[in-house]
Amino acid sequence: MDFQVVVLAGDTSKNLAPLVSKELPKPLLPVANRPVLYYVLHQLEQSNLKDLIVVVEGKETAVLVGDWIFGTFVDRLHVEIAAVPEVIGTAGAIRAISHHLTAKDILVVSGDLVSDVPPGAVAATHRRHDAVATAMLCSVPVSGPSESGSAGGKDKAKKPGRYNIIGLDPGKQFLLHIATGAEIEKDTRLQKRIIRAVGQMEIRSDLMDAHMYAFKRSVLQEVLDQKDTFQSLKQDVLPYLVRSQLKSEALLNGFPKAEETGNGKVSSQNKQVFVSQILANASTTSFHQPSSVDPDGYVSTRKTHTCCAYIASSSKYCVRLNSIQAFMDINRDVTGEANHLLSDTSSDHNNIIGPSPKLGTKTTVGPNCMLGEGSEMGDKCQVKRSVIGRHCRIGSHVKVVNSVVMNHVTIGDGCIIQGSVICSNVQLQERVVLKDCQVGAGFVVTAGSEYKRESLARKEK
Amino acid sequence: MDPRRTARTVSDPKVRQVGFFTPPPDHAISDPPRHHDPIQSPSQSSPPVNDRSPSDSSLSPVMIPPPRHHSDALLRTALQATSPTKPFSPSTRTVMIPPENKDLRSPGRKVVYGKSPSSFSGVKASSVPASELTTVSVVNLALGISGKILTAEEAGGASVEVQNDRRASSKPLKEKTSKAERRALQEAQRAAKAAAKAEGSKASSSASKVVTSENTKPIKATKPSSQKNDGSQVAASDKKGGDRAPEKDRKKDAPHPRMQYDDTSRVEKAKKRAVVKQTEARNRVELFRHLPQYEHGTQLPDLETKFFELDPMHPALYKVGLQYLSGDIYGGNARCIAMLQAFKEAIKDYSTPPEKTLIRDLTARISSYVSFLIECRPLSISMGNAIKFLKSRIAKLPLALSESEAKTTLMLDIDRFINEKIILADKVIVEHAVTKISDGDVLLTYGASSAVEMILLHAHELGKEFRVVVVDSHPKLEGQLLLRRLVRKGLSCTYTHVNAVSYIMHEVTRVFLGASSVLSNGTVYSRVGTACVAMVAHAFRVPVLVCCEAYKFHERVQLDSICSNELGNPDAISKVHGREEINYLDGLVNCENLQLLNLIYDATPSDYVSMVITDYGMVPPTSVPVIVREYRREHLWS
Repeated sequence: MDFQVVVLAGDTSKNLAPLVSKELPKPLLPVANRPVLYYVLHQLEQSNLKDLIVVVEGKETAVLVGDWIFGTFVDRLHVEIAAVPEVIGTAGAIRAISHHLTAKDILVVSGDLVSDVPPGAVAATHRRHDAVATAMLCSVPVSGPSESGSAGGKDKAKKPGRYNIIGLDPGKQFLLHIATGAEIEKDTRLQKRIIRAVGQMEIRSDLMDAHMYAFKRSVLQEVLDQKDTFQSLKQDVLPYLVRSQLKSEALLNGFPKAEETGNGKVSSQNKQVFVSQILANASTTSFHQPSSVDPDGYVSTRKTHTCCAYIASSSKYCVRLNSIQAFMDINRDVTGEANHLLSDTSSDHNNIIGPSPKLGTKTTVGPNCMLGEGSEMGDKCQVKRSVIGRHCRIGSHVKVVNSVVMNHVTIGDGCIIQGSVICSNVQLQERVVLKDCQVGAGFVVTAGSEYKRESLARKEK
Repeated sequence: MDPRRTARTVSDPKVRQVGFFTPPPDHAISDPPRHHDPIQSPSQSSPPVNDRSPSDSSLSPVMIPPPRHHSDALLRTALQATSPTKPFSPSTRTVMIPPENKDLRSPGRKVVYGKSPSSFSGVKASSVPASELTTVSVVNLALGISGKILTAEEAGGASVEVQNDRRASSKPLKEKTSKAERRALQEAQRAAKAAAKAEGSKASSSASKVVTSENTKPIKATKPSSQKNDGSQVAASDKKGGDRAPEKDRKKDAPHPRMQYDDTSRVEKAKKRAVVKQTEARNRVELFRHLPQYEHGTQLPDLETKFFELDPMHPALYKVGLQYLSGDIYGGNARCIAMLQAFKEAIKDYSTPPEKTLIRDLTARISSYVSFLIECRPLSISMGNAIKFLKSRIAKLPLALSESEAKTTLMLDIDRFINEKIILADKVIVEHAVTKISDGDVLLTYGASSAVEMILLHAHELGKEFRVVVVDSHPKLEGQLLLRRLVRKGLSCTYTHVNAVSYIMHEVTRVFLGASSVLSNGTVYSRVGTACVAMVAHAFRVPVLVCCEAYKFHERVQLDSICSNELGNPDAISKVHGREEINYLDGLVNCENLQLLNLIYDATPSDYVSMVITDYGMVPPTSVPVIVREYRREHLWS
């Protein structure tokens, strides 16, 4: 279908501070015991997109990610790993790999997207309208435990601070305005020109930019070439394209009729105009057309381009892993309501227990839980709505609720863990009580300590 | 009766003027067909036709440009004969040959009539199906006829007399027969045919006499001179009878049997093949169960999801399919052009797989594209014709051609098709139609036809002073788009909905309609509502001109809008766009005893069509099969 897929697998992830590290880059952060990148790649693979470019920040990370991809998707995907220097942003990353891009359209997916929205839908919308850019929008996820959240209910009450202000045309197909949280202070500016052309704009703040874009390659490359200050696709390139859609500059020269074939006779030119006029008259007019047809009826030289939006239906799952809260939510959802994201869900209890867990007597594992292989649990443990990684050793009388426990974690007897993330190789000694905490990799929590809403990490020299 | 109506004589389809004449200088000759309808007693109190009547000035001559490939005579015969193939036995034919013409029994004998400019043999072809199929009240017809006759008598003079005399003997009157009388007439014809057969061609003259005598009896015609029309009736029905049998034989030309969607097993099979997953709508109107209808809104997301999974589909085709499905492209010409351009793209990127031949593989490929497009939206007839053209071009490629040469040839062919069949055709149509627009006219159009739009714009550019009435209808409201473009160009327009058509028709002098297709019985297949507009126009004696490119003609015969049609999204009619408060049907849509019907097309019987303006000239709807037969063969299939 002449699409190339770029997976941006490493954006700066300060939000996930204690969870990710050099050894465990964000793309490999386990979500329900699978690296988050898996979800994107799996989704792409399901859509029959097998040639991918995965862009990773930093050489070492690239090696780690590459090893994992080749280990997991060997034979199934044809992946090229491109390492780009850090801090050049998403736009910079595309710029860096620009010479690899050859297809007519580029699908850019963020590596931290956990979603079941088919990428094909975005691509199809893009093609249908012959757009230069198409963004996938999804409804802002309900963050926090949706029901009976015993822990962490408080900070979920306040909405996430990042708003997206998105303007759509009445048909909800074209993107008229987009401003992301960072730019919005108190006011946001709308362009009169666009409003005048459209007549009516719908401003939504309940939509989230899911960071899955389809771009027309030629346009994207030109924009990136000309505007070398652009750092981010989301904050610079997309708003720029949306802003300039009615006064699209030289950068799109000749793109509507690029496919015109050869013979440059005047007559054929006229025919083209004639045909395009018939087509334009008989196709649903978007707001672009009335403005680009001057009173003589001939398509004027003024160029416009279209920016489209694909709005994922609310029944689809679509969350970006860009905060600890999102990480918790995704873990919960993937094991719970959105477990179809995992291809191998086959247990009937709604919880996924690895091949050989050793459970002590009177230990209960509630619904929506996941237990990795080789984990051991002592007697009288309780696990509710939690994910426990591989080869964990959990003592007796341990309560794990709404938490994520990664691999190789040792938990002493009598610990109570609520709403927390415990990274790999952490050691919790006896009778530790953790509530809404994040424990960085390799940390040792001493016996009997109690923490609430803290981020614990090994001191980095 | 309203005197106004009677004044509009011309619109009556019976008086359709056919033939191949340049407009005669003389007024008397310009209205010759009227001579044929002298049924009415002149005593009837219909007002005299005023000379400003639109008919006089504009509608009289049918101008057919000189045929490109045929000699004049050939074309004449062609156009005069209604049906594609006519192996009439001479015996049946002779029935209607007036004694004077006995010597000419060859099928081409009708040319004889053409010899005298005042006798319009073409009238036969045109008027006959009209009287056969017509459902209009007799009163109207009579009125129309009376008007005509007056004109005829005013203008005709001696020539009328001569003609009538010549034909009187053999041609009984048809016009005012009741059902029983028609039945009797039919019986008589049958008997006559049988007799003719039995007696052989020698007895033909006597047979014809039998017919005459039998027919004239039940008819309350007062004037012997008025019988000509019925003779033409006989002739036509005979033609029809002869027509049917050979039609059956031509299997390869017969349209592929369409899928009947109430045939469960076939639907199941088709579903398995389908690319697009479609959920059948549950509540379908009984009469239209054989047409596909799907839950709206289920197709698009599914197709979108599969975007990357349809490997063999060419992106350009995919895009066009999506646009059909989502309704981004509509209208016969636009859909056809879009499809052809997508095919062009696909051919450009095509390369023959090893061990396959281009001709076969490409044909198969095109077929798969077409079936994909059908799943997106049923093909229009114009698209079907274009596909046939392309396939025949592929099949006719010389084997010696290299792949790149073949591809270039095909792409050029496609360009040529778009250029000749659509663009140039439209230009010719515009040229013809503009002659029918005169200052002070009020033109009515329905929906948004690209050809009509071009006509209106061109006439405006020529500086003609006229007014346009755009009639529109829910749910598509395409007329608004047309209106927008017309108003922008400075035309003075009136906009109304089809509900008001009977009111607005009073002031209209001409109706221009677009068509999705014109079928070989003259039926115009077009946007739903066209038939209604045409009928109202007919009732008001307003001439109805249908603008249709010849590539949209089809040899199929269709008598109603039921057997082949398209169902639109029923939600579109249950909701009013932009008015949320009209929600009386909310929650009822899935109700068992509510069935929503959103038809897309309807069929306008040829009775209501005064003239079809096509790229081969302005012809009566009854001449459509001739064009189909004569030109289709050369241009499309060859």
